Amino acid sequence: MSIFEYNGSALVAMVGKNCFAIASDRRLGVQLQTIATDFQRIFKIHDKLFLGLSGLGSDAQTLHQRLVFRHKLYQLREERDMKPETFASLVSAMLYEKRFGPYFCQPVIAGLGEDDKPFICTMDSIGAKELAKDFVVAGTASESLYGACESMFKPDMDHEELFETISQALISSVDRDCLSGWGGHVYIVTPTEVTERILKGRMD
Amino acid sequence: MGDSQYSFSLTTFSPSGKLVQIEHALTAVGSGQTSLGIKASNGVVIATEKKLPSILVDETSVQKIQILTPNIGVVYSGMGPDSRVLVRKSRKQAEQYNLLYKEAIPVTQLVRETAAVMQEFTQSGGVRPFGVSLLVAGYDDKGPQLYQVDPSGSYFSWKASAMGKNVSNAKMFLEKRYTDDMELEDAIHTAILTLKGLLVFEGQISGKNIEIGVIEADRTFRVLTAAQIEDYLQEVE
Repeated sequence: MSIFEYNGSALVAMVGKNCFAIASDRRLGVQLQTIATDFQRIFKIHDKLFLGLSGLGSDAQTLHQRLVFRHKLYQLREERDMKPETFASLVSAMLYEKRFGPYFCQPVIAGLGEDDKPFICTMDSIGAKELAKDFVVAGTASESLYGACESMFKPDMDHEELFETISQALISSVDRDCLSGWGGHVYIVTPTEVTERILKGRMD
Repeated sequence: MGDSQYSFSLTTFSPSGKLVQIEHALTAVGSGQTSLGIKASNGVVIATEKKLPSILVDETSVQKIQILTPNIGVVYSGMGPDSRVLVRKSRKQAEQYNLLYKEAIPVTQLVRETAAVMQEFTQSGGVRPFGVSLLVAGYDDKGPQLYQVDPSGSYFSWKASAMGKNVSNAKMFLEKRYTDDMELEDAIHTAILTLKGLLVFEGQISGKNIEIGVIEADRTFRVLTAAQIEDYLQEVE
C-alpha cells in the first residue's frame, strides 16, 4: 500500500473563459475506514489563488499552513498578492527542499494571473511542475479523472457550463474509486466573484 | 581581540545618542568621488566621476557603475572595496529571490535587503560599518526608481540625489533643474551638466573620466560606452 493512498483523495482543476474551477472530494479515510466526510482539501491563498492538496491528509494540512505563512509575509513585504505563477514556483521550491524526506502531497494550483488570465498547474511530491492549458488532476482517482476530463472538457466554457462539466467529471471518477468520494467541493472563480458549492454524490 | 578593553562593538552609543562610527563612515562617503542619480518619467540615470590616481592607470579596467540584476544598477561614493562586497551580496540576494520565485526581484525588495546587510554591520561585534553610500537605479512593475542607501542602513527613494564631494552644490543644481515630467534624455544632459559644473578636471570632462549608467522602459540596465558619453557631451556643448 502506498502512503499516497492512505487517506484517499481526488482533485481536479479546469480552465474556462476568463474563469477557472477547482474541485475535490470530501472523504478522509484511514485505509478502508472512512473517518470524515467533510475534509477540506482546497484552500484559498487569496481571492484569485486557490491551492488543492491531494495525498496524505496530515501533510496537506501542514503544507497549507506553511504556504499561507510564506504568502502572508510576502504580502506584508511586497504589499501585493502573489501571482499564481510565482506561487507555483514557491511551492515547487519548498517541495524540493524536502527531496530526501518529502511531503506526501500532490498539489494542484489554480489562479487568475495578470489581466485575470486563468492559470492552473500541478506538480509531483518533489516539485516537478506540470503546466496545462485545459485541466489538471491529482489523487487516488486521478486515472479515472484523466479519462473523464479528456472526454468532457472543451475550451472557453463559461462559468456555469464549467461548473457542470467539472462536477460531472469529479463525481463519475470518484464513483470508480473506493478511497475517494462522499460528495464534492467545487469552487468556481471569476474575476469578480468566488462561488463555493457542495455536491452530493454516492455517499459511499 | 580577546582581553582588550575594546573588544565590544565599535558601534556603541555615545552619550549624545549618536553612533560615532556611522558618523565617521558618512565622512568617508563625503570625501569620496561625486556620484549622482536622476529619476526621469521614463527611466533613471546614474553617473559618477571617474578620477584615477594616475594617467598610467588603464581606465578601461575600472568600472564604478555595476549591474545588480538585468534591470537594476548601482553606483557608489566612498570606499571602492566596500562597495564591491555589497554588490556581491546584493547580486546573490537577487538571484536567490529569482531561484525561489522565478521572478525578477522588485527594486524595493533588493534595496531593503541590501540596507539590512549594511545595518547588520552597525550592530555586530568585531566589524565596522561600510564606508559607502549607494545609489540604486532600477525599473520594475512600479516604474523607474532611484534609492539611496547609507552606511547606517537607512534608505530613501529620491527623484534626484547626489553623494560624495560637493554634494550640497550638486543638490542645489539638481533642485533648480529637476522637473517631475523630465524625460530620460533631459535627465542625462542634466547629470552631465551637474558633473561638469562641479568638477575640476585636469583637462576636459570626457567619456574617459565620467561614467554613466541608464535604464529605461526596456528594463535593461546598461553602462554607456566612452563613445556614447562623448556624443552626449557634444549635445550638451
